Amino acid sequence: MPIINDLKEIITPYVDDKTALENITEDTDFLTDLKINSANLVDIVLDIEEKFGITIDDASMNKMLTVKATIAVIEEKQAENAG
Amino acid sequence: MNNRVVITGLGIVSSNGINLTQFKEAIKNGVSGIRYDQQLEALKFSCQISGKPDLTDEIIQAAFTELELKSLESTAIVYGVIAALEAWKDAGLSIENNEDPDWESGTIFGTGTSGIDKIRSSIYKVDDLQVRRLGSTAVAQTMASGVSAFIGGKLGLGNQITTNSSACTTGTESVLMAYERIKSGQATRMLAGSSTDSGPYIWGGFDAMRVCTNKHNHEPEKGSRPMSASASGFVPSSGAGALVLESLESALKRGAKIYAEVLGGNVNSGGQRGLGTMTAPNPVAVQRCITDAIKNAGITSKDIDVINGHLTATSKDSLEIENWSKALNRSGKDFPYINSLKGMIGHPLSAAGSMECVASVLQLADDFIFPNINCEDLHPEIKNIIDPDCIPTKLINKELTILAKANFGFGDVNACVIFKKFKKQ
Repeated sequence: MPIINDLKEIITPYVDDKTALENITEDTDFLTDLKINSANLVDIVLDIEEKFGITIDDASMNKMLTVKATIAVIEEKQAENAG
Repeated sequence: MNNRVVITGLGIVSSNGINLTQFKEAIKNGVSGIRYDQQLEALKFSCQISGKPDLTDEIIQAAFTELELKSLESTAIVYGVIAALEAWKDAGLSIENNEDPDWESGTIFGTGTSGIDKIRSSIYKVDDLQVRRLGSTAVAQTMASGVSAFIGGKLGLGNQITTNSSACTTGTESVLMAYERIKSGQATRMLAGSSTDSGPYIWGGFDAMRVCTNKHNHEPEKGSRPMSASASGFVPSSGAGALVLESLESALKRGAKIYAEVLGGNVNSGGQRGLGTMTAPNPVAVQRCITDAIKNAGITSKDIDVINGHLTATSKDSLEIENWSKALNRSGKDFPYINSLKGMIGHPLSAAGSMECVASVLQLADDFIFPNINCEDLHPEIKNIIDPDCIPTKLINKELTILAKANFGFGDVNACVIFKKFKKQ
């Protein structure tokens, strides 16, 4: 299953606007497009860590504002784990 | 500018009724909410009975979003929000989703602690070097004002949003604080109330002080015995009560149902001087609180038809009766009716005042005096002060006009409020 589908599942409880969630693409921005409360970004990162079995450092976390950037961080951490 | 203040909405989450309808039926019939508590036995508490609201997932899910429930570990917030939403709806008020909040409405919703279970799990994470895994919800659930913050957001309130905390007087104090704010014209409508967390981490300290009963683990419903000769300590419990207070003008304008008027009241402290300590009330202060409340309400002690006492089922009950009797200068058959809700629901600590205010207001509005349960063996010291008929053990249907309600708490603090049935002139 592509990472974007897992990601969509993870962020579902944090998004009120379910139409925006349906139309999610790589370019979707968590704060401006999905109107996620910025305080919840730390919770999303924790959920991602749990789902993918990775640890995300603060520098990487700060980049995770769009779907595309988030997927990139997940793939990078997975690759580190594999290595 | 002195507004008259009335009560237009009530909400309750109690061990003997998780909504207003159930609760009213339960108190009229003397139904106990006290049950055997397996967790307390497992944790080797001496008191192994408690009164916890029996909320279903369905009720909780109706009050909170999926996201809020994801990590919600504060029963004080759960009970408080559910009671608050019920009171708001009961007052005929709707929840608006406008750009601007409701500037004229606020909440003073008290609690002793918030989210003790959340505090516990957070401490474990921190000590395990996992501080970042606390996520974003630890603060909002463990700050004392968590419950009023949740309520303010759900209702979109734009006036004062705060949490008061004064031990067992918390709920009654919140009513008086809300009353003052409306009376002085700073708000049109205030949701007053209080809640308490549930469970061993809240109740443990009281068990350690040996102030909870350990004699009724085999007969939970008999355990909470206010005014009884065989009272041996209180039964720990939890829940929340909520009351919508509103200016009379606003209530009349929108044609709201009016349960009762808040005539006034008083809060004070014995300063832990004289006979007062951290845990024992200074009787001079208790009596003064009652007499000042009467004065503030513009009535005389003879006007009081019924008292809803603090009466926890400890050795202090006789002293409380003595204090009421001295303050009112009424004794024997001349004493008003008096009852204690704690016989049915135990002692819900910081929630006691508001839950008992809800029960008090229901009595005034519906003209009944709920029965005292578990005091068939009235304490002889109490019998020496007032006539046993003043302590009904069966439901009394009777027209009532004025009710005095008081609570006394750790820190030597007191609160007394005077309610009057509202009659349209």
